[in-house]
Amino acid sequence: MALRDITLGQFFPGTSPIHSLDPRAKLVAMVCYIVALFLGQWFVTYAILLLVLAVVVAVSTVKPKALVRGLKPVVFILVFTAVLNMFYTPGEPLVSFWIFNITKEGILHAFFMVVRIVMLISCTFLLTYTTSPLALTDALESLMGPLKKLRVPVHELSMMMSIALRFIPTLIEETDKIMSAQRARGADLDSGGLIQRAKALIPLLVPLFISAFRRADELATAMECRCYHGGEGRTRMKQLHYRPGDVLFMLGASALAVSIGVLGHFGL
Amino acid sequence: MAAIIETRQLTHCYSQGTPFEHTALHAVDFSAGAGEYVAVIGRTGSGKSTLIQHLNGLLKPTSGQVLFDGADIWESKERTRQVRCQVGLVFQYPEYQLFEETVYQDIAFGPKNMGLEPEEVDRRVKQSARFVGLEPGVLDKSPFDLSGGQKRRVAIAGVIAMEPSVLVLDEPTAGLDPSGSAQILENIRTYHDEKGACVILVSHSMEEVAREAQRLVVIHKGSIPFSGPPGDVFAHGDELEAMGLGVPAMTRVFARLRSMGVDVPASVYTIPQARDAVLTALHRKGAV
Repeated sequence: MALRDITLGQFFPGTSPIHSLDPRAKLVAMVCYIVALFLGQWFVTYAILLLVLAVVVAVSTVKPKALVRGLKPVVFILVFTAVLNMFYTPGEPLVSFWIFNITKEGILHAFFMVVRIVMLISCTFLLTYTTSPLALTDALESLMGPLKKLRVPVHELSMMMSIALRFIPTLIEETDKIMSAQRARGADLDSGGLIQRAKALIPLLVPLFISAFRRADELATAMECRCYHGGEGRTRMKQLHYRPGDVLFMLGASALAVSIGVLGHFGL
Repeated sequence: MAAIIETRQLTHCYSQGTPFEHTALHAVDFSAGAGEYVAVIGRTGSGKSTLIQHLNGLLKPTSGQVLFDGADIWESKERTRQVRCQVGLVFQYPEYQLFEETVYQDIAFGPKNMGLEPEEVDRRVKQSARFVGLEPGVLDKSPFDLSGGQKRRVAIAGVIAMEPSVLVLDEPTAGLDPSGSAQILENIRTYHDEKGACVILVSHSMEEVAREAQRLVVIHKGSIPFSGPPGDVFAHGDELEAMGLGVPAMTRVFARLRSMGVDVPASVYTIPQARDAVLTALHRKGAV
């Protein structure tokens, strides 16, 4: 079933060095990498960035096939971006017909844009594949810690996020079940026009919402039964600690971003 | 008996190609005859839910075949849809799939999807409501205002209204009190007797299946170690216990008697059978 194959937020447990890095280090490194992606202007810089990604993927033991699968849903956006960039970048025209001009700059631009998006998505998927959702939200809470002084409800935000992530697989499973049940009653979910399809979703969405509310209610009761009252004074079972490897990883990533930024500044 | 539905060397593998890959069924040959009452028993995770979802084409076999009336159900898209109306499947906790404004509309969802005339839909809704023992007054209520047991009956009526020739039910009595379970089982039996339909009941309650079914099929770790009339299957008491499945209390009593050297049959599973067996044994001894 197609729904089961959604990889959003999926985590593949493992024991590779990438898996055991501090989640904060991975998060910071990912941000640096994305910054580098958008500062680069030169084929060689992208080759370097691709090499870095390939090395990290190889070390992480995540199958490249899994990364490619993550790209499938964005193929449309990729094509759209490429086409737009190709036609709307001014410059020296290569081919022109009617009101369309394909310029040399346009093709270059489109190519870079596609490469950027592909690598950006691959690296974010790499993060979620190698980091458990729980570790990821812990990392976010810890990194956003200073914002608490500005009265940003950091703990509440990260709790909401971890609950949301926790329930993605549950809700997918639930949707799958309801879909099967309604199919068993002869519901036709995947043919017909737009309006018909939208109507066909009602038997799916009503039970799904009802069960989501029921789950939310049960979860709230369960949390209250265990005396949950927000983040104040709450301690953790698993404390996050930076190790030398984590620091090195972050430094490496920021060095990469800075050097590519400098190269980009000189138009390379 | 001619098999109305059967699987041949059915194998199913979940999440193929990911680290979560898991084979739920290994080359399973299962069959049920027209008008037969079969019970499928197995522990949680034994593959019984996977098996029944193949019977009406909700899951596609990784390898092997599912035949309905002798023809593969995956022959064409049209065939698969037809089979879904012929093989009614009631899921576990079916009350969570109710969605319409009234009970009547919810029960009518299946028949309407089959493209039946309004009068026919009306007849079927009323008839299936009667089958599951719903009062006519309930039909205009919202399904969400009913009690758990009544919701379950509405959901079962929704499948029965399609008048399937094979009715598959996954743990229809889970989470109900004894009198609620007994009623549901009686409703199913009525449907079986009046329509001559084949019923496949999935359960892990031995007492329940022993009372209801003509034939038991045991599923364990994705294959079928035993299948046959209840008496024959329960004669494998020790193996069943080793699989984590109990046997009815009466069978256990008789197994103990046999191990104490008393000459009684091993295939006893109901109280009347036990009475007869004890009387025969006593007669033989000349005590009565």
